[in-house]
Amino acid sequence: MAKSALLKSSLAKKYWMAFTGLFLCVFLVGHLAGNLQLLVSGEGARDQFNEYALFMTTNPVVRILSIVTFVSILFHAIDGVILTINNRKARPQGYVSFRPSTNSTWSSRNMGILGTVILAFIVIHLVNFWGEMKFGGLDNTMYTTANGDEVKDLYSLTIMTFQDPEWGLVWAFGYLIAMIAIAFHLYHGFGSGFQSLGLNHPQYNSIVRKIGVAFAIIVPLLFAIIPFYIYFVLETI
Amino acid sequence: MNLTLKIWRQKDAKAKGGIQTYQIADVDPDMSFLEMLDVLNEGLVEKGEEPVVFDHDCREGICGTCSLQINGEPHGPDRGVTTCQLHMRKFKDGDTIVIEPFRAKAFPVIKDLIVDRSAFERIQQAGGYVSVNTSGNTQDANSIPIEKEKADAAFFAATCIQCGACVAACKNASAMLFTSAKVSQYALLPQGKVEATKRVLDMVEQMDKEGFGNCTNTGACEIECPKGISLENIARMNREYLKASVV
Repeated sequence: MAKSALLKSSLAKKYWMAFTGLFLCVFLVGHLAGNLQLLVSGEGARDQFNEYALFMTTNPVVRILSIVTFVSILFHAIDGVILTINNRKARPQGYVSFRPSTNSTWSSRNMGILGTVILAFIVIHLVNFWGEMKFGGLDNTMYTTANGDEVKDLYSLTIMTFQDPEWGLVWAFGYLIAMIAIAFHLYHGFGSGFQSLGLNHPQYNSIVRKIGVAFAIIVPLLFAIIPFYIYFVLETI
Repeated sequence: MNLTLKIWRQKDAKAKGGIQTYQIADVDPDMSFLEMLDVLNEGLVEKGEEPVVFDHDCREGICGTCSLQINGEPHGPDRGVTTCQLHMRKFKDGDTIVIEPFRAKAFPVIKDLIVDRSAFERIQQAGGYVSVNTSGNTQDANSIPIEKEKADAAFFAATCIQCGACVAACKNASAMLFTSAKVSQYALLPQGKVEATKRVLDMVEQMDKEGFGNCTNTGACEIECPKGISLENIARMNREYLKASVV
């Protein structure tokens, strides 16, 4: 009973949703910290970023974390689809008049749509960079850094993608849309994750809420700035 | 006040049902919503038409029998009240009011605006009780010391009148606010702790069996609840269930 309860019940699905979601919030912070290095300009920038990319693809701990991240994204998405299907079934006949805007936020009611946009973005994003790095697209860009490490030139690929005279700005706006979706998803998801795991306490609720809102604004905003910075500010390579 | 009422009419559980429009004149603003429907029904009976069937009992806002989705919200636009305590002064002359039954797979329509809410009873029966020996030597409940805060929280959870507005308001037709209130009112008290593990597992299992949706934490239930049952209870149920599942 207990074991199946922790896998199959309605509450279990919420625990997994919350657990993977909050883990992905931690991932976002790590990813952002790495990406912010793209704002560095000057001679060392290329070496610094590519050394970092080498570390991220070879360090065993990071590798385990990246597998956990992929599994979390997959779990989060599949769980979301299952929950959505169950929820639709729970009200086969809808209302003629339904005014949910009087009692709940738009993002809380549209997590599935936001999640779908984010998932599509993740696929495109992976094809753009991760796929090139992993599956040979960057094999012929190998060079030796000042430190003597043999690295793939992910830095130049990133900068050229967003500095492309025709498509650079299109990519930047595409990424902006995805970051807006992530912002709204986090706006509800961050606090909701705590609630689903039972972490609700009158003394801390408002703090969790404030951190959630700040997280939902700051993290996607910093992510979104990078492509525009590369296009408009960073010297062309 | 003159009003246009768009009311869901459905002959029986199997019939398809649909919205019918009625005009009602000279509505007193001090009438309750149900009294307004009484007046409508008197008119319908006089004309030889079938009256609109709706649930009601105490008409004092404490029994949880009345329901109705009014203009897209359970118990109408007012906060913290049931339909019987909603007054016509909340509406304006010339308004159109859409009146529908609560909608959920687990709340099938019986006729017109009445739905079968016995799913709640079955959830309650699955574990919403404490087993007390009543053979004549029952201990006085007040002899067990209970922290004031916990007693208050248990009491507030117990003020749930099982009306089903939480389910009606939820975009997922989830019954988690109701179930969590019933779990909480016992889990917080020493008498309820003894059976806490089995209670939460059984009640959640029954809730899932009845076909209610999942909680997305939109908070709609808490806002629409006529008794203001807090989302804190859902978090408590989540904790209790996690504890019960792991241990």
